[in-house]
Amino acid sequence: MARIEFDQIAHSYYPNPREPSDYALKEINTLWEDGGAYALLGPSGCGKTTLLNVISGLLQPSRGRVLYDGTDVTALPPEKRNIAQVFQFPVLYDTMSVFDNLAFPLKNRGFNRADTIRRVKEVAEILDLTQDLNKKAAGLSADAKQKISLGRGLVRSDVAAVLFDEPLTVIDPHLKWQLRRKLKEIHEQLKLTLIYVTHDQVEALTFADQVILMYEGEIVQIGTPEDLFENPRHKFVGYFIGSPGMNFLPCTLEGQNARVDGITIPLAEETAALGAKAAGALELGIRPMHIEVHAAAVNDGVPVTIEAVEDQGSFKILSTTLNGHTLRARVPEGHPVPERQAWLRFPPLRTKLFADERLVI
Amino acid sequence: MEKWADNKAWLLVLPVFVVVAFSAIIPLMTVVNYSLQDIFGPGNAVFVGTEWFKEMLTDKRLHDALGRQFIFSGLVLLIEIPLGILIALAMPKKGWSASASLVTLAIPLLIPWNVIGTIWIIFTRPDIGLFGVGINSLDLLDIPFDHTARPAYAWVTLMAMEVWHWTPLVALLCYAGLRAIPEAYYQAAKIDGASSWAVFCYIQLPKMRGVLTIAVLLRWMDSFLIYAEPFALTGGGPGNSTTFLSIYLVKLATGQFDLGPAAAFSLIYFLIVLLFCFIFYQVLLNVGKGEKIS
Repeated sequence: MARIEFDQIAHSYYPNPREPSDYALKEINTLWEDGGAYALLGPSGCGKTTLLNVISGLLQPSRGRVLYDGTDVTALPPEKRNIAQVFQFPVLYDTMSVFDNLAFPLKNRGFNRADTIRRVKEVAEILDLTQDLNKKAAGLSADAKQKISLGRGLVRSDVAAVLFDEPLTVIDPHLKWQLRRKLKEIHEQLKLTLIYVTHDQVEALTFADQVILMYEGEIVQIGTPEDLFENPRHKFVGYFIGSPGMNFLPCTLEGQNARVDGITIPLAEETAALGAKAAGALELGIRPMHIEVHAAAVNDGVPVTIEAVEDQGSFKILSTTLNGHTLRARVPEGHPVPERQAWLRFPPLRTKLFADERLVI
Repeated sequence: MEKWADNKAWLLVLPVFVVVAFSAIIPLMTVVNYSLQDIFGPGNAVFVGTEWFKEMLTDKRLHDALGRQFIFSGLVLLIEIPLGILIALAMPKKGWSASASLVTLAIPLLIPWNVIGTIWIIFTRPDIGLFGVGINSLDLLDIPFDHTARPAYAWVTLMAMEVWHWTPLVALLCYAGLRAIPEAYYQAAKIDGASSWAVFCYIQLPKMRGVLTIAVLLRWMDSFLIYAEPFALTGGGPGNSTTFLSIYLVKLATGQFDLGPAAAFSLIYFLIVLLFCFIFYQVLLNVGKGEKIS
């Protein structure tokens, strides 16, 4: 178990990187606490797998240091780092039994037979694999196989962290939540540092205590799932998290109010003050679920045209236009949906301001 | 499943059936026909039943040729399969050097059989061949190297020819098999602290099983039917030392014109090849697949 620290980590797949865009990881400085469940979230190509491979040692970063509990491990190969990694698809030794698969990392490290048997049995117990120990690993279902690859990591008692690289991609949907719950259980039971890479926000938000959102080789925000949802620090966080993502409207500031194409939207006092200090192009951002939808004109209401209504089951998504800007609003089930014309109200406390794509702070 | 009342789709199979009939079934039936008769000339044949089969099954020269054939094909597999795997493992994985080694490896495969024979005869000739003259000038052998002089020399030349010609095929198949292994397997093995020998035993070899099955079958069948190389080299000599099944068969059929025994021999030959292909296929398909482990 270990605290993981990144000190100015940067990586490029090119031998001689020049432009910032040559870097898969731009510059990462962060600290992950021992025993935390972290999710690395981001779209494909944002550098999350690269960062994971830097942690595991499968990749040597171009610059910077990785520290485990304060010890520099940057130069250590993966087998010396005591980490476990679970890959996108189950990686098994096909010709071996489940027992031999689980015992393999111990065998390679010269553990004696009795210790090996004891450890393998313990891990099999945790993962509900005891009844399969004597079976061939190749014949099992995808979720059992994924548990075996996880078990190969857990079998070493001193494992520093368990890394998951989109481990549920090949698992049937109905087994996904079971396996995810199993991971949670293991986390609570063993107090291991878990790092989970995914592009699926639902997975990240349900799994992790802390979500690390990455975008174009940089960490844009680290926070609890609520934090990411309520206080996106970057425009990207706003529209990546949430379905649909945050609404953005280019605006100007006028005292306490934001002006969007001549329409006045009131802001919270604090927000307006921060906005006044910020430099760069201002944008107003609000989550679809925070927008109030009214069928008749209300105080501070903005008149919009309704373009489409999408029924999502427990709620409806309204697509509306305001002077050519698209605004999406979420209407709970049972709430009347106006036709063609509606008035939207932006609760000032929920309305955020962004300057040059970053939240004003 | 519901049965179709309209079975016209069978007609679509007809072209294939006609082609196979002319390319395989009819010639094979001709052989069966010959094997059951004693033919003295056109329109002058006597039905003899299984007599030719009995004769061939007890033929000592056939037994000797079969024995030689097994030793030869066995040696071919023993040398070419491990060597092919080694070459595939040593080959570069990407870049121009990978393409260059692939092309270089493929060259022997493009050369016709009898040309290969000629190349190696010239190469090993004791008077003008690079190898023949070279090894004799070293004065290491008690009898100067000459593939017509001693059975061992003929065999060495033949094996060298066969290995040079066909190991690239095994290597290319293995290379394709190795390249198909996802990177994650190697990464997982690294994290598990596996040695490179363990990586070979538990990842590379099991993942190559499919291509190795094909390689073993192809090399077995092909070497079991070898004809052009020994024919070009010594015509089956010195003595009978390189008279393999096909050489003996051709001697019988076109040399002595014993069509009946030769036809019976052909069928026996065919069945042996088929039997061994079946055995290899079954063994390789099931190896390491048993459910119970101690």
